[in-house]
Amino acid sequence: MSKGFLEIENLSQRFPQPDSDDLMTVFEGVDLEIQKGEFVCLIGHSGCGKSTILNVLAGLATPTDGNVIMDNKEIKGPSLEQGVIFQNHSLLPWLSARDNVMFAVRARWPNWSKQKRLDHAEKYLKMVGLDHAMDRKPSQLSGGMRQRVGIARAFAIEPKLLLMDEPFGALDALTRGVIQEELLKIWSETHQTVFMITHDVDEAILLADRVLLMTNGPHAKVAESVKIDIPRPRERATLHQHESYYKIRNHLVDFLVHRAKDMSQEAQQEAAQGLDPRHQPRHVNPAKPSESAAPQERAAIRAV
Amino acid sequence: MLSNLNFRATVLSLVMLVAFLGVWQLATAPEVLAPQQGELSEYEQLMGGGTDRSSSSGIPAPTQVFSHAFNELSNPFYDAGPNDKGIGIQLAYSIYRVLLGFALAALIAIPLGFVIGMSPLLNKAFDPYIQILKPISPLAWMPLALFVIRDSNISAIFVIFICSIWPMLVNTAYGVASVRNDWLNVAKTHELSKVRTAFTVILPAAAPTILTGMRISIGIAWLVIVAAEMLVGGTGIGYYIWNEWNNLDLASVIFAIIMIGIVGFLLDASLAQATKLVRYAD
Repeated sequence: MSKGFLEIENLSQRFPQPDSDDLMTVFEGVDLEIQKGEFVCLIGHSGCGKSTILNVLAGLATPTDGNVIMDNKEIKGPSLEQGVIFQNHSLLPWLSARDNVMFAVRARWPNWSKQKRLDHAEKYLKMVGLDHAMDRKPSQLSGGMRQRVGIARAFAIEPKLLLMDEPFGALDALTRGVIQEELLKIWSETHQTVFMITHDVDEAILLADRVLLMTNGPHAKVAESVKIDIPRPRERATLHQHESYYKIRNHLVDFLVHRAKDMSQEAQQEAAQGLDPRHQPRHVNPAKPSESAAPQERAAIRAV
Repeated sequence: MLSNLNFRATVLSLVMLVAFLGVWQLATAPEVLAPQQGELSEYEQLMGGGTDRSSSSGIPAPTQVFSHAFNELSNPFYDAGPNDKGIGIQLAYSIYRVLLGFALAALIAIPLGFVIGMSPLLNKAFDPYIQILKPISPLAWMPLALFVIRDSNISAIFVIFICSIWPMLVNTAYGVASVRNDWLNVAKTHELSKVRTAFTVILPAAAPTILTGMRISIGIAWLVIVAAEMLVGGTGIGYYIWNEWNNLDLASVIFAIIMIGIVGFLLDASLAQATKLVRYAD
C-alpha cells in the first residue's frame, strides 16, 4: 500500500477531568491518510476534537498517543512547513496588511532581499484582491479583508500543508461566498495540500476533494471519508445543479444529524468493553453508492 | 458639534479661572479702612509684618504672584549663590534627577518585567517581593540611602529610581504575560527564535501597557522629587520651595507650586504622546 503524503497514525487525545481521576477521551485511534495536493475538509459537531487534530497537525498541540508523519518526517512542533489560518485571523494589529505578509515571508526566506520579499508579499496580496488595501492596518480592514490577508500570509510561505480552522466562521454569508471562490482560485493555481475544518456542509462540498466526518465526542472517531465526486472547476452558482450534489449533501447532513450521535454511543459502548479503538474511516462515494462497499474490509481490521 | 463642545469647555474653563482669581484677589486685598497704628509688635516684626503690608492675610494677591512670576521667568537661569538661583536652574536640577532616576529604573524594570512576564515561575517567585516593596513610600528609603550612599544628590536620584521602578515592572510583566496566544502561535508557526519573538511580537504587543507603566512612574517620580529635595536640600524645585518658605516669600512658593504643576503636566504629556506612537487598534 502506498504511503500517503500525510500519515496520521493511531492518534488519540485524552484530557484530565477536573472532578475525576479518569481521563476524558476526546478522540482515539484515528488513522488517516492525505495525498499531496488534496483538499480535505473535516466536519463534526463542537467538542469532537476537530481543532485538536488540526493543532496536532500544526505542531501546536501534542497528542496523548499516536503520531503524524508528513513527507516521511514526523511532525514534532510548529514549523514553516505547516501554514495555519485561524478563525480569528490572528494578524499582528500593529503591522499593515503588507507588513503582515512580509513578516511571514521574511521568516520563511530570511536571506531574500527586501525587494524580493516585497514583490513576493504583494503578489499574494494581489491574488486575494487586496491591491488597494495593502497599507492598511487590520483594524482598518473589514472582517473579510482581514481573513484574506491571513490567506495571503499562509499561501505566501508556500507550506507543504495548509491548515485552516473554520477560516470563514466569523464572516457573513455573502463575504464568505466571495472568499471561498478566491480560495478556490488560489488553490487551483498553487495546488497546496489543504486540511480545513468547517461547520458548513456547502462550503465543504464546494471546496473539498474529500470530506472527513467525525462522530460526537467523547470517544470521537473519524468515521467516514466522503468523496466529493463533482468535477472541477466548481462554481458556487452552479454547484447545486450537478446531479451528485444533493446525494452528497444529503449523505453529509444525515450523518451530522443522526449517525454522528448513534455512532458515538456505539463507540462509547465499545470503549467500555475495552475494544481496540484504532480505525480508518469508511470510504464513501454517495454519487456512486456501489463503490462504497470496498472499505468494509477496514471495518474488519478494527474488529480483530 | 465636537468643536462646539470644545469651545464651550474652553469658555467654561476661563470663567472658572477668572472667578477663582477674582475671589483670591478680593480675599487678599489690602485693608484700606484699617490703617496701621503705632509700632509693630515683636510678633509682627518676626512675621515680616513690617516689610510687606500689601495684603491683609499675608497671602499675596494673584497680581503680586504674576508680577513675581514675570520677573522670575524673564531671567530664569541666574545664579547668585547657593540660596539664590533662577527658577529655571532649580527646575533643571529636579528634572535632571527625575529623568536620571527614571531612566535607571526603566533600564532595570523593563527587561526584568519582560523576563517575569514570560515566565510564570518567576512571576510567582517575584510576586511577594513586588507586592511588599511596592507600597513603601519612597521617602522611607531616604535615611538608608543617605547612610549607604553618603551623597545627598545620589540619594535623591535613588529615591526616584526606587519609586519609578514598580509601576514599570508590574506593567511590563503584565503586558508581556497577556500577549494574545494567537500572536504567540503566529510566532511559533513561523519558527521565530525566542529573541525574534520577543522583539517582533511580544514587544510591540506589550508596548502600550509598558508605556502606560512608564507614564505612571514619571508622574510618581515628579511627585516624589519635591519632597525628596525638601529633605536633602541644596538644589532643585523642592529645595527652592522650602527655602522660600523659610524666607516667608509666599509669592515665590505659589509661583513654584504652579511651575511644578506645569512641568509635571509636560512630562506626562510627552509620555502620553509616546504612548500614541506605539498604540494599535485591535
